[in-house]
Amino acid sequence: MAPTSALDMPDMPSGKLPPHLELQRTRVICAADAAAHTESIQYSGAYALSRIDNSLRLREFCDNFRVEVFSLNEDDIEFDMIGIDAAIANAFRRILIAEVPTMAIEKVFVANNTSVIQEEVLAHRLGLVPLKVDPRLFEYKSESDLANEKNTIVLKLDVVCSRQDGRIKNATVKSEQLQWLPNGSEYQIEKTSKTYTSFSCSQETLPALKDNPIASRYPDIILAKLRPGQCIELEAHAVKGMGKTHAKWSPVATARYRMLPEVALLENIRDSLAEELVEKCPVNVFDIEDLSRGRKKAVVARPRDCTLCRECVLGDGWDKRVQIRRVKEHFIFSVESTGALPPDVLFLESVKILEEKCQRLLVELS
Amino acid sequence: MVINDVDVREDPAWLKKHKTGKGQALEAPVKNAVDKFQLLPAFLKVRGLVKQHIDSFNYFVNCEIKKIIHAKANEKITSDVDPNYYIKYLDIYVGKPSLEQDYMVESITPQQCRLRDITYAAPISVDIEYTRGKEIVSRKSKQGQGGVVIGRMPIMLRSSRCVLTGKTEAQVAKLGECPLDPGGYFVVKGTEKVILIQEQLSKNRIIIDTDSSGCVAASVTSSTHERKSKTNFLVKHERIYVRLNTFTDDVPIIVVFKAMGMESDQEIVQLVGRDPRYAGILTPSLQECSSLGVYTENQALEYLGTKVKVMQKAWMKQTKSKVDEARDILQNVFLAHVPVKEYNFRQKCIYVGVILRRMLEAMMDPSFVDDKDYVGNKRLELAGQLIALLFEDLFKRMNSEIKRLVDSTFAKPNRSTVFDVAKVIRPDMLSQGLEHAISSGNWTVKRFRMERKGVTQVVSRLSFIAALGHMTRISSQFEKTRKVSGPRALQPSQWGMLCPCDTPEGEACGLTKNLALMTHVTTDEEEGPLINLCTTLGVEDLSMLTGDEINSTKAYMVIFNGLMLGVHRRPNWFANTLRLLRRCGKIGEFVSIFTNPKQRCVYVASDGGRVCRPLVIADQGISRVKEHHMKELKDGFRTFDDFLREGLVEYLDVNEENNTLIALYESEATSRTTHIEIEPFTILGVCAGLIPFPHHNQSPRNTYQCAMGKQAMGNIAYNQLCRMDTLLYLLVYPQRPLLTTRSIELVKYDKLGAGQNATVAVMSYSGYDIEDAIVMNKSSLDRGFGRCIVMKKASAPIKKYANRTSDRIVAPRLIADKEGCLRVPDRAQILDYDGIGGVGEIIRPGDIYINKESPINTRDTVPNPMAIPDSAYKPTPMTYKGPPGECAIVDKVLLTSNDEQQFMIKVLFRHTRRPEIGDKFSSRHGQKGVCGTIVQQEDFPFSERGICPDLIMNPHGFPSRMTIGKMIELLGGKAGVLSGKFHYGSAFGEPSGHADTVEAISATLVKHGFSYCGKDFLYSGITGNPLQSYIFMGPIYYQKLKHMVLDKMHARASGPRMVLTRQPTEGRSREGGLRLGEMERDCLIAHGSSMLLLERLMISSDQFVVQVCTKCGLLGHHNHKLRMSFCSTCRNGENIATMKLPYACKLLFQELQSMNIVPKLDLAEA
Repeated sequence: MAPTSALDMPDMPSGKLPPHLELQRTRVICAADAAAHTESIQYSGAYALSRIDNSLRLREFCDNFRVEVFSLNEDDIEFDMIGIDAAIANAFRRILIAEVPTMAIEKVFVANNTSVIQEEVLAHRLGLVPLKVDPRLFEYKSESDLANEKNTIVLKLDVVCSRQDGRIKNATVKSEQLQWLPNGSEYQIEKTSKTYTSFSCSQETLPALKDNPIASRYPDIILAKLRPGQCIELEAHAVKGMGKTHAKWSPVATARYRMLPEVALLENIRDSLAEELVEKCPVNVFDIEDLSRGRKKAVVARPRDCTLCRECVLGDGWDKRVQIRRVKEHFIFSVESTGALPPDVLFLESVKILEEKCQRLLVELS
Repeated sequence: MVINDVDVREDPAWLKKHKTGKGQALEAPVKNAVDKFQLLPAFLKVRGLVKQHIDSFNYFVNCEIKKIIHAKANEKITSDVDPNYYIKYLDIYVGKPSLEQDYMVESITPQQCRLRDITYAAPISVDIEYTRGKEIVSRKSKQGQGGVVIGRMPIMLRSSRCVLTGKTEAQVAKLGECPLDPGGYFVVKGTEKVILIQEQLSKNRIIIDTDSSGCVAASVTSSTHERKSKTNFLVKHERIYVRLNTFTDDVPIIVVFKAMGMESDQEIVQLVGRDPRYAGILTPSLQECSSLGVYTENQALEYLGTKVKVMQKAWMKQTKSKVDEARDILQNVFLAHVPVKEYNFRQKCIYVGVILRRMLEAMMDPSFVDDKDYVGNKRLELAGQLIALLFEDLFKRMNSEIKRLVDSTFAKPNRSTVFDVAKVIRPDMLSQGLEHAISSGNWTVKRFRMERKGVTQVVSRLSFIAALGHMTRISSQFEKTRKVSGPRALQPSQWGMLCPCDTPEGEACGLTKNLALMTHVTTDEEEGPLINLCTTLGVEDLSMLTGDEINSTKAYMVIFNGLMLGVHRRPNWFANTLRLLRRCGKIGEFVSIFTNPKQRCVYVASDGGRVCRPLVIADQGISRVKEHHMKELKDGFRTFDDFLREGLVEYLDVNEENNTLIALYESEATSRTTHIEIEPFTILGVCAGLIPFPHHNQSPRNTYQCAMGKQAMGNIAYNQLCRMDTLLYLLVYPQRPLLTTRSIELVKYDKLGAGQNATVAVMSYSGYDIEDAIVMNKSSLDRGFGRCIVMKKASAPIKKYANRTSDRIVAPRLIADKEGCLRVPDRAQILDYDGIGGVGEIIRPGDIYINKESPINTRDTVPNPMAIPDSAYKPTPMTYKGPPGECAIVDKVLLTSNDEQQFMIKVLFRHTRRPEIGDKFSSRHGQKGVCGTIVQQEDFPFSERGICPDLIMNPHGFPSRMTIGKMIELLGGKAGVLSGKFHYGSAFGEPSGHADTVEAISATLVKHGFSYCGKDFLYSGITGNPLQSYIFMGPIYYQKLKHMVLDKMHARASGPRMVLTRQPTEGRSREGGLRLGEMERDCLIAHGSSMLLLERLMISSDQFVVQVCTKCGLLGHHNHKLRMSFCSTCRNGENIATMKLPYACKLLFQELQSMNIVPKLDLAEA
């Protein structure tokens, strides 16, 4: 952006921010060496001298806020969240990672393990296996609670490796071999007739679980490797928990956002320079537009693809021709679910949790 | 071009062709760089990483041991009593490792030995011939096994006698051994012991040196099989003297000459050299001799006789005259390695002449002084040589024992049975001597008065690299405390032989070294044929030459293994011919030929202990190794030995390297180049080979990493879970580094890694990252980053006592609880019915894992020791001791017995740990740091692609450390992740393609849409805003080091006290107190906080109330029954005062009193 001389500036505040300030307010400038203006300006009186009220107004927010889903499938979602502050967007991200609950294996009762893998390592691996079950059907289980059908899922793993007609059976134990026990634990507590769970009814009777039995989301996660004669026999108890306790309860592989990339050509880039620019970008952000008389002009065709490698602003004089920016209140949000819930549902859950938190705050305040 | 049969440089046709061909591109041979890297794996395939140890042991077992028994002094034992009696050793055999058990001989494997605490040893047997009564009997071998077993020899793993040699990987694995284990160590009583390579000054060589006053001195350490001696020549008041241990005083050199039969002064001077200046310097010495009145041989010997040290052994009969004694010393002690036949001292005189000339040259020109630290003047003593020394000593001792036995038997007047010596030879002495020396590391060789400590060490099994690095370690004979820089400094001559990086910090810095990757250490070679060859090639024998001819400027002296053979008039032809013979395999490949124009000598060496390394031979700068050779090697038609045999590659030792011009790369070769390096990174050793881009780092960083790589946790061996080590650290999910080097692949570190590839962001975060601390991502830890397993062994022997009773293990005794039910006591919960902890049980501190009971009476005989009642046993259970609050798991239980039928139980406890604050981590660039804080993933910064680092490192770690290699590792690792291939970072590898260049790496990064410099645009996880600077982020291989907080954390409020002083105990292991030291005390005094001082030093420590008699000032006592205090000296209780003082003070008073010193307390009213 060309520097503006003080003499060229309008004398009187016009009720609008001058363009360079507006740019600072709404864009992050990503220069070759560092990013500038990364902070969002929160203070309502930040532009008081220009007679501009910077306070956040609900009406304006409601008018400007938009969500546009870019892509959605079983596991991933990418959507644009426009007109929102980074703090809020980040809150959703944080909640998705740490506070949306899922079910994960927490306790493992090993009846027999003659494999090379150590029990605690196996238990750790089991814990990280994502389970395909809606956590909203279950309750949290506190230390003092008895395991019942509302707070515990019991899975069984019983594998014996053997040599059968020259082939080794069950050489690798995979997550598909985890069997759901809807009636709870089968193991009895020593010297009692009780088992480790006290289910009042089978979990299969629950309508939501009737048609889609609980299993690992992915059938081919390797849990252990065995040799003939070795076996693993265990029962795993999954409970509800949150990602902040342990990463295994995190419902997302990752949830992240990026600000919308914006690539500005500060001057017309023509001919060989245009070709050079197109050549420079490894992700093909630029295109060449043919002008008349065989002349060419560079245009920004796919700014959304920009990965900020900053190749286009490197080199002699290029920082004067191209500027990479990020639009501050436009977030490209993407969520990769681990499989317990679809990604769109996950995001809504996070909204609910944030809402709940706000409610709680209001209650505390009143 | 004929290469194999004729040295091309000698071939006139070839030379002519190339002289004319200069500048004409078509005629000149094409110079094209051949990738010689493949030679390295081929070399290591043939030689292995610890071949030096194995070769030396093999040489000992196959050759040297035979030489020892056939040595004149050892071969025959005769009796002083019966002159007809004799025992003669005919041959000796070292068998295969085996163990006799219940009268059955069974073959044993190393893994069995480790587990059962026995020695991996093989029987040594001999064929003997001896007289029995009137007949001559011989006991001969059957199937490679000698007639009489004389002892057991510990066998080096993977040596020719080991069961593992010649086995495939699968077969080795079947024996319970790790196929990647290099061998080269011993298993003695279950522990793995390595005999360190010992570095010492070469024997039998003249070393010219300067003494403390700056005078020139010469020293020769002579070493023969029979004798070791040191002869010094020194200059005092411009005269030259000889210093010998057996002379009381320094003796003039000219007197020695005369005593050796060289009476003419002219002859002496001629022998030294014809330079007139020599005569000038020698004049004072000559004058001194005449002033002593010594002119003839006899006079000289008489003079020397007066200087001989009188032997302390007064009881020895004086049989020899002084003259004879002096002559004997000159023959046997003075330069003992120079042979003297029938008192013909001619050769010795010439030798002394050479020493003198070298000294005089050095006096005139200081550049003639030898460098003691020069690697060419060093010899490495390996396991084989050390064991040979020990074996010969023990063998001699055994022989003298047999002789004593024979003598005492024959001395008896009437014997009932015919004496058969084969039945009285006891194998214990040899077996135990060898076993004890290796297990304790104390090398005591009586005949050389050698006593060395710490020769062997327990193989460090902390990580695979630690064990491997241990095999290549060289320990120096220098004292560690001495503050000398010379021996510690990096020597230019150690290029390619010893690793320039791998040395410890601190007191052993520069003294403990490590071999480089391609180094080979020679073993002794047969001397006779080589000497004959030299004579055939025209060496003129010394005995036929006068001093003038010897010193003629036209001829070079030929020195073979420190002995003057003669002179040769065409030294270069001679040297080249010998080299040619070596290249075509007619003489040993390790024979070194070195011409020294300065000394006008040709040195031929075939002795053991020289370091050497292979190099590609080049003719006028053109490598002999061509593309087609490498292709044949790749296709498996060629081995490294073929290269050697065909004269494409040869071994050079440090001395011979001086006659060469070695080019680093083929492209740098000029017409004068004689050799080309195989690969430059082979100058580093195994430990330094792990570092990516070490040539971009500041040198001490590489040294630090060499030390730290040995502490990194990871995989130890393929059989790691079958081992029973006292302490074993394993990583749960070890990875192979994303950025590898060729060395990593060669030493198989990629198969047994010790670290994990962590995504590192270089930025400051949270303030808990100062002083190299790192911030870790909690989710990464949840997912298994840095998780480790610590295994600890506990073992319990089941003792057998003299009265034939023994310990026993019983099921836990049941006790009645409150309700009267019988139940297992809490501490014994984890026991199985056999009284041993169940495998897989969780064990807490204080739990019993072996419920052992011992008989109360172990001395008196018991009628039926196997069936004594329960009441005769007392419980002696083994309880688990570990960090409080942490519980371990019983991993393994081993019930076994050793070779002495001693039954024992070994229990392995396993503890899995996740990283916590204070655990130590390090990258491969000497940058260690502790975990400063653990942060939730959502608080961590994340990139636009959603990548969240595993750990954050503070950028302040870079400027002062200058570890550019780490930055390149990060870039290379990042590019590797993106392109899905491992990138390389071998040392000095860029020109040869074994390291990726930063340009290439950057191009890969850009291709995948990342910044060329590796810096990413990150968002703060806390505020959600982008960070104001781009963050350098990518994967770096991180090692978890063995230092963990859990093992070190310690605090105490109150706890155990020492019995004697009643002060708190010291040290973490004894739950000790935290010391308020002298300096802390000074601070408190300076602050004037006297009450705090009193509280810290007395009240909280060892406060004690005493009764003091104010009258006599001595300590009294308090009678609790009478509630009265008494003074036992005054015999009343009238003047007693009570006061508090430290118990240590009271103890001091009493101890003084016991020494008849009366300390009196003079009390005043406060």
